[in-house]
Amino acid sequence: MRRPATWWKTGVGLVLTALMLFPAYWMVNVSFTRDQDMRKTPPNWFPVHGTLAGYRAVLDQQLPYLGTSLLVSLGTVAVTLVIAAPAGYSLARLRPAGGGTLSFLLLVAQMIPGIIMAMGFYAIYLTLGVLNTVGGLIVGDATIAVPFGVLVFQAFMSGIPAEITQAATVDGAGPVRAFWSVVLPVSRNATITVALFAFLWAWSDFVFASTLDGGGRLRPITLGIYQYIGNNNQQWNAIMATAVVASIPAAALLVVAQRYIAAGVSAGAVKD
Amino acid sequence: MPAATRTAAGAGVARTATPAPVRHRRRAPGYRAQRWVAWAFLLPLVAFLLAFYAYPLYRNLDLSLRNYTVRSFVQGGAPFTGLANYRRVIDDPTFAPALLHTAVFTAASLVFQFGIGLALAVFFHQHFRLSATLRALFLVPWLLPLIVSSSTWAWMLNSEAGVVNSVLRAVGGDPVNWLTSPHWSLVSVTVANVWIGIPFNLVLLYSGLQGISPQLYEAAALDGAGGWQRFWRLTFPLLRPVSAITLLLGLVYTLKVLDVIWVMTRGGPADSSTTFATWAYRLGFGSVLPRFGPAAAVGNLLIVAALGFGLVYIRFQRRQGGQA
Repeated sequence: MRRPATWWKTGVGLVLTALMLFPAYWMVNVSFTRDQDMRKTPPNWFPVHGTLAGYRAVLDQQLPYLGTSLLVSLGTVAVTLVIAAPAGYSLARLRPAGGGTLSFLLLVAQMIPGIIMAMGFYAIYLTLGVLNTVGGLIVGDATIAVPFGVLVFQAFMSGIPAEITQAATVDGAGPVRAFWSVVLPVSRNATITVALFAFLWAWSDFVFASTLDGGGRLRPITLGIYQYIGNNNQQWNAIMATAVVASIPAAALLVVAQRYIAAGVSAGAVKD
Repeated sequence: MPAATRTAAGAGVARTATPAPVRHRRRAPGYRAQRWVAWAFLLPLVAFLLAFYAYPLYRNLDLSLRNYTVRSFVQGGAPFTGLANYRRVIDDPTFAPALLHTAVFTAASLVFQFGIGLALAVFFHQHFRLSATLRALFLVPWLLPLIVSSSTWAWMLNSEAGVVNSVLRAVGGDPVNWLTSPHWSLVSVTVANVWIGIPFNLVLLYSGLQGISPQLYEAAALDGAGGWQRFWRLTFPLLRPVSAITLLLGLVYTLKVLDVIWVMTRGGPADSSTTFATWAYRLGFGSVLPRFGPAAAVGNLLIVAALGFGLVYIRFQRRQGGQA
């Protein structure tokens, strides 16, 4: 009954979305702008004399940073999954005494500001001599994702019908087999959700990168951008081109992960 | 911290994704063995939490209670000075402004993120053509790495070449030194932070709206309630549990925002946009001569605030859970 009135809502929605996404558009526009047009008034609203100089600078200077970010993010995903999946299984299905306290601690852990963790890590890493190492940064980044990962796995695995695991138990499978060959394959969507968020957070991390890996040989892309700005670099097309490239995983997540998160939602709903 | 805000909404998504946990009967005979197995599965997590949460927090507490120099930081043996670092931090001329800015930044961010997020959630809840696609696009600011968003805002707000000042000039206004004037720096970082936070509020509030039965609206419409009345008398009260959680999560997470402010203004000029998070970062890592003791003290004050509000949130959540 509202149908005739919806076209103007679509119009308003389009305008609002355009306003909201303007900074993202501007980043792309500036990344293609020539140096001599950079301080023009009024600015070029579209990249009319577009240049790829910014992206050439990315290829020349930022590839090692991107590689490091990829390595660190994949490492963080691996660490997070290895710790979170069994823990989520235990809390959801085996329900040990004290599990409730542990879940509570995980909630609290998510509220601790990163800068405080980073300071403690810095002191420890300095003593151990692992500052500016990829492994050290992976562990730091994993602290962001592990509590979240456990809670997601716990919520998801609680929703798996008991009949599925019972069937395995009747067949003589112990908890380890039930976890590995029944629960884990069924929890594919939870695994993908946790992996994607762990990847994105590690990829975007600045606090741990700048404190624990500020002077290393292998630095992540967030520091690449930060050092571009810090050096009073006036090549804003290069800075924004790096920003565009650094946003690719986020854009991919929007396209790919939406589907998986939606799949998780419907998988949960179907079971009721 | 970026992840924090994202954690909240991520968990929100995940929470709605699964039905309530099913309680399993505990099997009496094998129970003892099963308990050991359960803790064996938890072992990696417990080890991780002890080594990489508890121990760094302990080191941080230790840092704040000793008088560290760069030398004793490396070699050890710094003298125990009790609460001297805390006293020094509280007497510091930066303390009062940092406290004020943290409060203003957090409050203003919350009010605008929530207000705009709620308006958008109500708008998108009407299901017009393209509404799902446009709502998905609204997630972009939330998914971008914070350093990307903040450097883009920094360039947009640049005094000479920024697009915001170009627009101001075009409409006949005077350009503003958004990032370099002490009157505007806090406003600028707040605007950027609100932009980043809107999607998170939109996602949580939208899922809250979906939980409200459409029949209630039909009944209200039959009773002759107008759109405005329906919102204030129906939507707003029914959305209160979700709103409270959204605001509390926003509060805890805005307290720890660092990257946005640090990249845009570094807390300056003259501390005009310094919050506790940027102050702790600057003391510990932002200068040639790090002052780890005071930095850790500022950090621990921040943690007390965050955990205080966090516990309010958890209590609230438990109460909600108890009612359901």
